[in-house]
Amino acid sequence: MSASRARWLPLAAFGGILALLAAGVWLSRDPDRDALPSPLIGKPAPAFDLPVLGDPERRVTQADLRGAPYLLNVWGSWCPGCREEHAVVAAFANTQRVRVIGFNWKDEPGDATRWLAQFGDPYALVLADYDGRAAIEWGIYGAPETFLVDAAGTVVWKHVGPMTDATIREQLLPQVERLEAR
Amino acid sequence: MLPELGQIALLLALVAAVLQTVLPLLGAQRGLAPWMAAARPAAYAQWALTFIAWAILTAAFVQQDFSVRYVAENSNSLLPMVYRFTAVWGGHEGSLLLWVFVLACWNAAVAWFSRSLPDVVLARVLGVMGAVCLGFLAFLIFTSNPFERILPMPLEGRDLNPLLQDPGMIVHPPMLYIGYSGFMVPFAFAIAALLDGKVDAHWLRWTRPWTNVSWAFLTIGIALGSWWAYYELGWGGWWFWDPVENASFMPWLAGAALIHSQAVTEKRGSFHGWTLLLAIATFSLSLLGAFLVRSGVLTSVHSFAADPTRGLFILVFLGLVVGGSLLLYALRAPDGRDGKPFAATSRETLLLANNLLLVAACAMVLLGTLYPLLADALNLGKISVGPPYFGLLFLLLMTPLVLLLPFGPLTRWQNEDVSRPLRMLLPWAVLALIAATLAFFTAPQGPWKVAMGVAGAVWVAGGTARFVWTRLRAPGGRMGAEMTGMVLGHLGISVFLIGALLVEGLNVQREVALLPGQSLTIGRDAFVLDGVLHHVGPNYESDRGTVRMLQGDRLVATLHPEKRTYASGGQVMTETAIRPGVSRDVYVALGEPLGGGAWAVRVHIKPFVRWVWAGAFLMALGGFVTATDRRFRRPRRERTA
Repeated sequence: MSASRARWLPLAAFGGILALLAAGVWLSRDPDRDALPSPLIGKPAPAFDLPVLGDPERRVTQADLRGAPYLLNVWGSWCPGCREEHAVVAAFANTQRVRVIGFNWKDEPGDATRWLAQFGDPYALVLADYDGRAAIEWGIYGAPETFLVDAAGTVVWKHVGPMTDATIREQLLPQVERLEAR
Repeated sequence: MLPELGQIALLLALVAAVLQTVLPLLGAQRGLAPWMAAARPAAYAQWALTFIAWAILTAAFVQQDFSVRYVAENSNSLLPMVYRFTAVWGGHEGSLLLWVFVLACWNAAVAWFSRSLPDVVLARVLGVMGAVCLGFLAFLIFTSNPFERILPMPLEGRDLNPLLQDPGMIVHPPMLYIGYSGFMVPFAFAIAALLDGKVDAHWLRWTRPWTNVSWAFLTIGIALGSWWAYYELGWGGWWFWDPVENASFMPWLAGAALIHSQAVTEKRGSFHGWTLLLAIATFSLSLLGAFLVRSGVLTSVHSFAADPTRGLFILVFLGLVVGGSLLLYALRAPDGRDGKPFAATSRETLLLANNLLLVAACAMVLLGTLYPLLADALNLGKISVGPPYFGLLFLLLMTPLVLLLPFGPLTRWQNEDVSRPLRMLLPWAVLALIAATLAFFTAPQGPWKVAMGVAGAVWVAGGTARFVWTRLRAPGGRMGAEMTGMVLGHLGISVFLIGALLVEGLNVQREVALLPGQSLTIGRDAFVLDGVLHHVGPNYESDRGTVRMLQGDRLVATLHPEKRTYASGGQVMTETAIRPGVSRDVYVALGEPLGGGAWAVRVHIKPFVRWVWAGAFLMALGGFVTATDRRFRRPRRERTA
């Protein structure tokens, strides 16, 4: 009985993959979608204590970043989506409205440094989460992801996936304006 | 006029494919010999017609007929002659035409070399292959016509993507397509066996060389792609777990499993159902790869232009071919009670473990490749799964495979006393551990990776050598081609382990700003930037650096890294200068000009990186050698001992 049922497993598995691929074809027609809200929003930023990329002696905690809002941008040199959004992040950082902190996730320090040298380093500071432990606290499951944290250390906004100019204009800037108005 | 002839040739090939599908399959079902006999001529006709189409497209490139859209988009008048030939497969439409042609070649080869097969079997096999060719031809003709004209005709073409103007790129895609397409042969045999309701050891033996050769070509294709990425992308890595690389790696892993399971089924009559399923899966993964690369569903560095219509077409094709095959499998698969029984400690068990590990690795790559799509489909956003996931899991799955590998050939079929192979291999295990300990303490950096690489390589090479020795010493002992091929393949793994793990562990990279005359010292080597001069090539201009590599006062090499700007698009390409060596590559790339005459210069020392590709070529050689075994060509069924 079970042996004859097992024969249908490959077909069932393939059915699942096919449905996924069909969804992929469907999605590729309409590339712009919004991200899900994170359970972190409205909550204090998770605690961390991480070394700074390129200066491992220096460690930074969530408390050190309080006092002014910051944008935490999760990236890795291995991540094509990060390369895609990098120019957008850099352009936003150039406006100097909010500090942009890099969060280098599961990366080799050498690769990360080289990546920044090649594509430009817009970050005020890059935290290196080498083993990905701090990322778990933040609920990070992929790169790129971006968080906006206010001066009191509360997460106010989150974006999953590469940011575009439209993301900045339509989502991030209104949030930043609200923080500035406080 | 000629391009229209090419189009007509493709349409006629489509007709031939329809005939090759319908007539033999119906004929085999109803026992009509003349219908079955149509298979061979149809296969030859399809080959001739796709060859004509391909030759005509090549002629359009050579004559620079920019009225053909594909030619105008993928070449221009400055393109050197060699690249006019290879530009044929520089874009989506042409590379698909090449693929269709390669399929037709396999198709004709099966028709030609199949004298020893019963008519009904051959009719079914060619019928299934005809259906596959039909799908690809329809895809080419209806969604990706390479002969489409543009009016008015442009005076100048765009250019072949500069990344593809390179000798490595001339051979890489054809090798891959030969590999992918070749898996159509075991697939067609699996379907024919399921239609027929029985798996005959004789046909299975007949397909084994085809699987081995296809897998060997795929191995070469992947290795060339990796080598090309290494020197052309200017990034220094040799494997990136990019979706397109994964698309070729999945059928490779499944194919490696298939090679082993086919051997068990042929020799012992075990794993019938599993071998059929693997044959279906290997070809299905090749099709899935085509879908992932050409539908634009996944973002990747080397994706073709995204087009939902194409995506939908391949999706439907994939659903029909794979869904239909798996349905047939579910309905007709043998129940697996037909093989000779075997004990828990036997070669069968080890080969089963080999298959499970390879298939698990393949599933892991599939999951990682599709996960971003899943996240996207569930509206979780666009994310990348990178080396952190693939590297770790692949290492975890391949470690037991490497540990078990030397046991396989030394263990007897059916039943084995564990202590016998253990005793044979113990000295090699000790030697591997000693070598690993030495490597661990002498490695200047990355001791774990280095030690693992050395241990794995010594263990696999030693265990394989032990097998050869045992074999030759046995009374009447000799090595057939099949066995020699296996030994070469396994030695390839040993060589690959050295390359992959040592370069990961010992790699040194430095990026510095140098003024002309300044130098950078890494270990015993000094690198002096003599200067950067402007240089004009046939269809590009470049900044060409001269870097002298010195050891003490001795000049070791003069290297010329370049940054090229192609005349057509202004795209800047990094041409790295590499001094290759058996024990290390020295890799110099020119970065950005930093003002004041200074240049960013990147120097990598990559120990043993060549061994990665040397190992892959040894594995491929093993596949080719295995395929030449005389046993596979013997027409009569014979008893296995």
